[in-house]
Amino acid sequence: MGFLSFFSKPVRTLLKLPSGSFTMDRTGQVVVATLPSSFPSDLTHEIGNTVLQAFRDAQEAHLPLNELVVHYPSLRVTAREMRGGAIIFLTPILSTSPKVMISPATT
Amino acid sequence: MALRAGILSGRNTNCFPDLKWPRISGSNLAEHFPASNILMTDIRHKVLLVDDDADLLEIYRETFAMLPSKPEIHTANSGARAISMLEKTDYRVLVSDLNMPKMDGLQLLSIVRRKHPDLRTVVLTAVSDEQFRSRVYALGVDLYWHKPGSEHEMRMFLHCLESLLDRESDKGFRGVQSKSLVDIVQLECISQSSSVLRITNGPLSGRIWVNSGELIDAETENSLGEEAFQMILRWRNGSFEFLPPEPGRPRTIYKSYNALLLETAQALDEMQGGEAPQPDSTGLVTLSPASGLNSLVQLDGVEFALAFAEDEKRAVESRGLENPEKLATWSRQSLERFRALGERLQAGTVQQVDGLGLQRNVAVAQKGDTQICVGWQNSLDATEVHERMNKAMTLWGS
Repeated sequence: MGFLSFFSKPVRTLLKLPSGSFTMDRTGQVVVATLPSSFPSDLTHEIGNTVLQAFRDAQEAHLPLNELVVHYPSLRVTAREMRGGAIIFLTPILSTSPKVMISPATT
Repeated sequence: MALRAGILSGRNTNCFPDLKWPRISGSNLAEHFPASNILMTDIRHKVLLVDDDADLLEIYRETFAMLPSKPEIHTANSGARAISMLEKTDYRVLVSDLNMPKMDGLQLLSIVRRKHPDLRTVVLTAVSDEQFRSRVYALGVDLYWHKPGSEHEMRMFLHCLESLLDRESDKGFRGVQSKSLVDIVQLECISQSSSVLRITNGPLSGRIWVNSGELIDAETENSLGEEAFQMILRWRNGSFEFLPPEPGRPRTIYKSYNALLLETAQALDEMQGGEAPQPDSTGLVTLSPASGLNSLVQLDGVEFALAFAEDEKRAVESRGLENPEKLATWSRQSLERFRALGERLQAGTVQQVDGLGLQRNVAVAQKGDTQICVGWQNSLDATEVHERMNKAMTLWGS
């Protein structure tokens, strides 16, 4: 019955926002991650590099930051600076999620 | 062909076990829509349907064409094709699937929301994951609907689609569309009513007491009486509800409602430098940066505030900071970077960036064309910074 696969349409899987955390060092290497393996690693790097760049630019603007929280309608990115690197938490926000914000970096 | 006939007649087929498309005949459909709802105008709205399944598109076309308003149905079998069609034709509603090859529905919708903010959008999908539902609504989509599995669901979906086709703009207060708060207060006073009007505008809320057609008191955040009344009347949208009258409420407002409404209108005009306040696309009135910043720095916990445009060449307005340029540059770059990241992740438009430091806390957000950075006392924690910035942005928009 393998010939039937010839007719099946290629369906792109929708990207699901992950829940978890990862640590990126100052060189941009992911040291450890609890994100699902299905989440593309290039996106993990992109998140990490964007956050690290924001920390670096803040330092140059004489605004040293040790925590950054980015709010999207369906995702919250919480990053804590760690000696030039960062630990980054990703929290998808569902419409059923409680409104109270708890920073995973401080719990 | 047999497969398509099977779907068209509403029978389940083994080839698409999860897909049920109940058939509603034209006469059945007419029974379910009251005659008063049927538009007798010559205006035929255009609906664009997007799905990679040609058979489904054909069924959509046939079913939607039977709606009472007789919309013009166009179809596209890919996101790219849909975008190209939207550039050329003015559509009223876009109905899209989520699971599509190359460009999926989330990508299509995020582009559409940015390029065509007035277009009503509907997602019709077999995906039932709560995360995708939340993300779709976060993108500003009007309706998320699981592909109908029964005639009843189909009928409900068509009702929703028909009301989307009919609906005019959503400006004004919920429940009384296209009416400002001034209109609502006037109605209460003219009708000699007694009530308490509770108004909610995002994180802000206020109450106005009316006894026998006279304004007697108002209250919001940190204000009471006339000041509170004027603050509340600057809100251009939100929701309100009538609470039972409180005849025992002490009177703090002695002016007539007409005089107060006139004073509020004058105050708004002065804040705009003589120009009439113009609501933006979200229905909020955008104040000039100078007047907005003056209000922001008076908030509890604020150390400084900056307002600037995306364009780096335009001047930065600031309060409480001697050299705001570097901070404005960081804020601009951060908002831009995180906006791009949000698009890559399909997480929606970045709402707010909060930064916590040992010396000070900052929060950056955008309202209309203006970007705002507010410095908060470092004694505040992440939750407090976020909530206070939320209120500050609502005040800015009010």
